[in-house]
Amino acid sequence: MSEYRILKRPLLTPVTLFFGVLAVIGLILLAKRFIFGLGSVTNLNDGYPWGIWVVYDIMIGTAFACGGYALALTVYIFNRGQYHPLVRPALLASLFGYGLGGLSAVIDMGRYWNAWQIINPWQQNFNAVMLEVALCITAYVTILIIEFLPAVLERFKLETWRRRLDRVLFIFIAIGVVLPTMHQSSLGSLLILFGQKVHPLWQAVEFLPLLALVSAVTMGFAIVIFEASLVSLKLTREPETHLFAGLGRIARWLLVAFLAFRFIDLTRRDAWGYAFDGSFEAFMFWAETALFILPVILLFRESRPVHSPGMGRGPILFLSGVCVLLAGALYRINGVLVGFNPGPGFHYFPSVEELLVTLGVIAMEVVGYLLVIKLFPVLPKPHPEIDHGKSAATSQAPAAQA
Amino acid sequence: MPKDDSLDRIAERLGLSRRAFLKFCTGVAATLGLSSQAGVAMAQAVAASRRPSVIWLSAQECTGCTESLLRATHPTLETLILDMISLDYSETLMVAAGHDAEVARHAAMKENHGKYVVVVDGSIPTKDGGIYCKVAGKTMQEHLYEAAEGAAAIIAIGSCASWGGVPASGPNPTGAVPVSEIIKDKPVINIPGCPPNPYNFLATVMQLITYGTVPELDKENRPKFAYGRLIHENCERRPHFDAGRFATEFGDEGHRKGWCLYKLGCKGPETYANCPAIEFGDVGGGAWPVGVGAPCFGCTEKGVGFTKPLHEQAKVATHTPPDMFPPVHPDVGQGVTPGAAALVGAVAGAILGGTAVTVRELGRMEKQAHDEHDASA
Repeated sequence: MSEYRILKRPLLTPVTLFFGVLAVIGLILLAKRFIFGLGSVTNLNDGYPWGIWVVYDIMIGTAFACGGYALALTVYIFNRGQYHPLVRPALLASLFGYGLGGLSAVIDMGRYWNAWQIINPWQQNFNAVMLEVALCITAYVTILIIEFLPAVLERFKLETWRRRLDRVLFIFIAIGVVLPTMHQSSLGSLLILFGQKVHPLWQAVEFLPLLALVSAVTMGFAIVIFEASLVSLKLTREPETHLFAGLGRIARWLLVAFLAFRFIDLTRRDAWGYAFDGSFEAFMFWAETALFILPVILLFRESRPVHSPGMGRGPILFLSGVCVLLAGALYRINGVLVGFNPGPGFHYFPSVEELLVTLGVIAMEVVGYLLVIKLFPVLPKPHPEIDHGKSAATSQAPAAQA
Repeated sequence: MPKDDSLDRIAERLGLSRRAFLKFCTGVAATLGLSSQAGVAMAQAVAASRRPSVIWLSAQECTGCTESLLRATHPTLETLILDMISLDYSETLMVAAGHDAEVARHAAMKENHGKYVVVVDGSIPTKDGGIYCKVAGKTMQEHLYEAAEGAAAIIAIGSCASWGGVPASGPNPTGAVPVSEIIKDKPVINIPGCPPNPYNFLATVMQLITYGTVPELDKENRPKFAYGRLIHENCERRPHFDAGRFATEFGDEGHRKGWCLYKLGCKGPETYANCPAIEFGDVGGGAWPVGVGAPCFGCTEKGVGFTKPLHEQAKVATHTPPDMFPPVHPDVGQGVTPGAAALVGAVAGAILGGTAVTVRELGRMEKQAHDEHDASA
């Protein structure tokens, strides 16, 4: 008996249509990019070879897609079975995030027809962080597909295959926890290689992999809260706060850890002066830091009794989730674009078409997600009890049952 | 090289090793642009021949040229005047004074007739019969005619003797003229400069002593080895000129950073001299006017030094800089466009609005669920 269900809703809704149109615009512009080259669509130049596509679609996109990773860590490594109902929707979001992230890497490649050389052993440079990221993400997308397979097998009632898969699934789950740990930290390491081009407020050198990893895991928890809140509000009309309230308690400590690492690093590099020099970078630093601190305050307030005045638990969790996602996104944008100075004379701001492609990629994820949850058993089954965090599924859900 | 006692003797007299003496001569040969063989020849010439007689006449001058020579270290002035030449008359350096000095000069001119070298520093006054500069009751013009008559070579040292210099610049109350305008029947070698680099003078003298010849001269009678190229061509600040980085004011950012002094009136682009190549004072490290941030004022160039205003821009003899330089860091890439800004703003607005609405609705839904829960309980 599965703890997941297929959402019985019409496939075509105004929301699907709206995001569908955005996705189509993105696809048309992508066709233009592949026919006329990168320069016809993007504002990229020799000083800024990485634009919004790398920063959003790959760096932020895969961090947003860390929901599956964060939950796998919680459920399978720390053995918190009560969160198991949330695993499958998170995996689906991760699959879309990573799949489109990998695709974006190819889109952003000037000579994309050489992309296959990544898996060609005699063309591999084992000193390259990029190679690690590329191989790791490719492998992780495959792992995510395998992890999501049970939902497909359930849908088509292939019980024999389902049981066979269950016997080996733990191997893939284990790999699925290792891989994001590797490439999410490597995405931070890429900034080390930028060296002096990165503003001192973000050039944390040895701390970069750690900061990238901790922020990515936190964003993973945030996206689960964000996504589950929206689904419960817009699609099921059943509060799921009891399922993910505990995730907020984990996220707040991760946020504290992130901020601690961030401040320790700024202190050890004597970089605090840059935060007060009145520059645009300093402003962006404080905007980003405020977005990191706000959810810490909100999440520590959240643990007060439910009936206290003010916002309820659900809204607080949702708001915190949004803040964490924006903070993590801003941290990445700041490091790679705002605080990036390739030398005098170079400018970059994404072009309208470039932004529309990014919006198109987001739209594809939303449409894909909405379609899949209506076709496959992904969403958790409604629970009779409301607002009782640990009651749900405490005794069930060993790893093999994913 | 044949074993020659004379080299040992002169080396001993100079208090030098034979090796050091040969090294010095080779160094002078190198200054002249000659081979090391010439250095050996020079050493033998210095050692063997009778020291040539030199008569140094000082006209309207400031003694700066002599002072400059005093600062030479290879050779030092005493080596020059005691061992290489016989300085028979010099108002600054000779011990004798008054009638004794005059006697020495006349004796030297008589004894070395047709062989001695006349060196003149300072310009010659001509107004009112040249009465503005007199020595021993005679005007400088008379002295010059007298000395030039039996001279093997005449060297005009310094800007005053070469072009008239300070005394000849307007309003020129003494009617000062350069040596070459008094002595028309013999070639006058000009070693201009204020003061000239002592090595340009010494190298010319050494060639005269060694080979009895005059170095190749340009059309202004300056030795080409020293005055063959523009200061501009060898200037260490030249790259700044080509890149369009100019100091525009004394003490401004460009001046402090060692940029080109052209816009401060540096005359390097129209002045021929080897200053940037050999510098001054034997200390190295850019010890010459432009090197220490003072624009060249063109002392070695006729019609430039003491004539052109100090801060007037030079007439560049080679390539003039363009009025507009391409930027060092050309603008690459596209900044924010109104469309992109609008789109980013719209997305930010959608996120903010969407979050606000969702927060409110979530609260409402939660409250509703609670109420139902309480009611059922």
